[in-house]
Amino acid sequence: MSVHELTAIELRDAIAAKRITSVDATRAVLGRIERIDLIAGAYLSVFADRAIQAAEAVDRRIAAGKPVGPLAGVPVAVKDVMCTSFGTTTCGSRVLESFHAPYDATVVRRLLAADAVIVGKTNMDEFAMGSSTENSGLKRTVNPWDSSRVPGGSSGGSAAAVAARMCFAALGSDTGGSIRQPASFCGVVGLKPTYGRVSRYGLVAYGSSLDQIGPFGRTVADAALMLNVIAGHDPADSTSVSEDVAPVEDYLQKLTEPVEGLRIGVASGFNAGADPAVRQAIERAVQGYRDAGAQVVEVAMPHLDYAIAAYYVIATAEASSNLARYDGVHYGHRTPDPADYVEVYSKSREEALGKEVKRRIMLGTYALSSGYYDAYYLKALRVRNLIRGDFVRAFEQCDCLAMPVAPTTAFKLGENVDDPLKMYLSDIYTIAVNLAGIPGISVPCGFDEAGLPIGLQLIGPAFSEARLLRIARMHEARTDWHTKKPAVIEQGMA
Amino acid sequence: MSDLTYRIVVGLEIHVQLCTRTKMFCGCALSFGEEANSRVCPVCLGLPGALPVMNGQAVEYAILAAMALNCEIAEFTKWDRKGYYYPDLPKNYQISQYDLPLGGPGYIEIPLEGGKTKSIRIRRAHLEEDAGKNLHTAGAHSQVDLNRAGTPLLEIVTEPDLNSPEQVRALAVELQRIVRYLGVSEADMQKGHMRFEPNVNLVIERAGQQFKTPIAEVKNLNSFRALERSVAYEAQRQLDEFLETGKTMQMGNKSTRGWDDANEATVLQREKEEAHDYRYFPDPDLVPVTPTPEWLAAIRSRLCELPLQRQVRYVQEYALSDYDAGVLTADRSTADFFEQAVQAGGAAKRVCNLLTQVGLKLGNERGRDLPGLGLEAAGVADLAKMIDAGTISASAGNTILSAMVETGKKPDALAEELNLLQKSDAGELERILDKVLAENPAIVTQITSGDKKAQKARGFLLGQVMQKTKGQANPKVVSELLNKKLGG
Repeated sequence: MSVHELTAIELRDAIAAKRITSVDATRAVLGRIERIDLIAGAYLSVFADRAIQAAEAVDRRIAAGKPVGPLAGVPVAVKDVMCTSFGTTTCGSRVLESFHAPYDATVVRRLLAADAVIVGKTNMDEFAMGSSTENSGLKRTVNPWDSSRVPGGSSGGSAAAVAARMCFAALGSDTGGSIRQPASFCGVVGLKPTYGRVSRYGLVAYGSSLDQIGPFGRTVADAALMLNVIAGHDPADSTSVSEDVAPVEDYLQKLTEPVEGLRIGVASGFNAGADPAVRQAIERAVQGYRDAGAQVVEVAMPHLDYAIAAYYVIATAEASSNLARYDGVHYGHRTPDPADYVEVYSKSREEALGKEVKRRIMLGTYALSSGYYDAYYLKALRVRNLIRGDFVRAFEQCDCLAMPVAPTTAFKLGENVDDPLKMYLSDIYTIAVNLAGIPGISVPCGFDEAGLPIGLQLIGPAFSEARLLRIARMHEARTDWHTKKPAVIEQGMA
Repeated sequence: MSDLTYRIVVGLEIHVQLCTRTKMFCGCALSFGEEANSRVCPVCLGLPGALPVMNGQAVEYAILAAMALNCEIAEFTKWDRKGYYYPDLPKNYQISQYDLPLGGPGYIEIPLEGGKTKSIRIRRAHLEEDAGKNLHTAGAHSQVDLNRAGTPLLEIVTEPDLNSPEQVRALAVELQRIVRYLGVSEADMQKGHMRFEPNVNLVIERAGQQFKTPIAEVKNLNSFRALERSVAYEAQRQLDEFLETGKTMQMGNKSTRGWDDANEATVLQREKEEAHDYRYFPDPDLVPVTPTPEWLAAIRSRLCELPLQRQVRYVQEYALSDYDAGVLTADRSTADFFEQAVQAGGAAKRVCNLLTQVGLKLGNERGRDLPGLGLEAAGVADLAKMIDAGTISASAGNTILSAMVETGKKPDALAEELNLLQKSDAGELERILDKVLAENPAIVTQITSGDKKAQKARGFLLGQVMQKTKGQANPKVVSELLNKKLGG
């Protein structure tokens, strides 16, 4: 088997056992990027020399019998929304096209401390606003399963890179589904942890109360390994949760043990809007749990229908404030010949921010404006509380909820770009999880008739990642969807 | 016009820079006068991805100050973003407190003429981060220095209870004393640690009718003098304007003015208050603050007697003049020193004189407080006792206090060393006096015969004794001896 077919854990163990060197694995990945990424477009930047040097350092330490970290020598990718003190941090935006962050995000520091080899930074919808990666101001990413289709978004580059074996695992960020939906579209595992589980320090903010960093892997175990590395309290992020309140667990430890007395919740009628192929795949997955001895219970989620409306008020309100700093004054794109300082603002932003970003800034600005604040922002916060309540009540009856990640499989490039509302509505299954601040995971659960992957979403209570991963692993152990490879692997991307 | 009367109405907004070790939301040290942009980090630069972390010391200082201003302390307070675009504001929003400030309604006592006081209501007190500074010095482009960005500011807003420029000044000075007493701000005006924005208008009574002039807000005053004069100027300007135009206060006709220090005049900046929409909303990067009763109690235990209370007490307890009491209580270290010296047995008035005439003068010259000059309260008390015991003269006392600062020696050693001990030995002085009397029989006769020049003659004889003792005779003892010998 080729090196790139190994899972992250297999690779790590092989490197530790000196059966393979990190340099060989890194070269293999860099070679694949060189061959495939011209078409796939998953990476915005690749750190070939740096990655080889890092791999060499790991190999030397292993050869010398020195202790190494849990990701020692494993090539990984990072969504270009997390700051790195090397290379650029663009957020997929022309406004930050040449921005060099002077510091590493906490998750990047943790990856480096775990001896991971960061091979590059991946494409995304500009400032993580989008569901197809088509809103990137810098590059187009395609789905490795079908290059005429989107990889999903906003973390489309990370999902595509993992699916196309251009890295062994990756980090993404999820504000309204931006890890789970591209994981579903690309046939990989994607986990959005509980809000506060992973530090946001160095994650360029979109919707601060919703943003959360999480891993992509080809298996549940790889996702768990990545979570082990990135989870934990960070004094630099006031919203990261203290470990007195919610201790970090070893997410790999009991991963293969099934959950006893498992109760799977299904939200009554909520799946009706999904495509038949998606619905069938979800029902099949739920039946699989039933067959494994789980109880399946119907739960009522009366407020989920309002999630999209609440989300697009809260996320855009926060975004309108978070993105105010891209003004051309201190860093980033500045208009070449402003008449006065007001023009530095208006023209710099006009020139370098994309259409969707402007649309959301305007939405959010409106929602926060005096006279509208109560009707929109405050009301959306109330809806958010009701949705939280729905989940709290649901989890009194079940250990986790099972539902689709998205109503469809990967759609065609360009199919939805002129219909933002349709694009927003495709977030229906993922958004409520961010509003409630709880964890959700997407695991491969089938394919549609066109051979496009479908994801099963499992949602658990806050800080239940360990249990949620075990439940996801139960599904994975009974199925072989995760072992399927996108066509690109066999044929090249041509 | 003769029946026209008017009252000045002023509410004050004050920004006080807290003297925390680090900035409000990051680990950068506070800065003054350093190289531009040398005290900055990703957080106070507002770089993408950076997150604020609340400085607990700033919150404690702010709560302590709010307690001293008798404010209700919020059980739940939070951080809000105030959005506006300006080059000195790197995030284009300021982290501040909107609807739930940490300090609610309170009051401050200010001194008036003649030892009286007045209570001014405080509307609110809240914490926020300062912006940077735009520099317009380098050619065609302006530059921005963000060293100051993120510095913790306590914003205090009073109700419109101030009715004269003097009261406005008194409040500002009193607030300076308070925050210095509490050790929460250096309150150094030169460094911009206190900035004032008075809202001024007039309530005019004419022919039984009442009129209110439009409110003017004078921005960004950073000296007591500018504050007082701008309010006085505004009062006159508004009166003149009213008499000329009859314009009165309406919704939206509040104006914003600046202070032109060279011309001693306010200058119109904005005619109508702009419809500012700061789009406040709770900062999702920070968690709300819910002070525990234990924490509040610990902060409250650091409250001390406030300067004005202390000043009033000095007048009552030590019979000091209001002026002297004001000087001694101007800063906490001086007042503490004074009280320690009194505790150590120095007479209050004597200690007061020594400190105000010599100690504080030297301190000002050298930029030190009294302990900083190397003085000890016990030493000053000893010195005061020596003066009152007649061991040295009052003027010798001042000389010795200066010498104590210079040399660090004890007062008795210095009195001896500098030959400033008074001769009070009645036996020795009597021998000298006898000699003087023997040498000046004509003068003695003038006194004993009750001549009208007797008083002058006594002075002459005393002078002779002083001369023979090189000024060290205790004049009181000599005078008593003279009375005994010649009748007095």
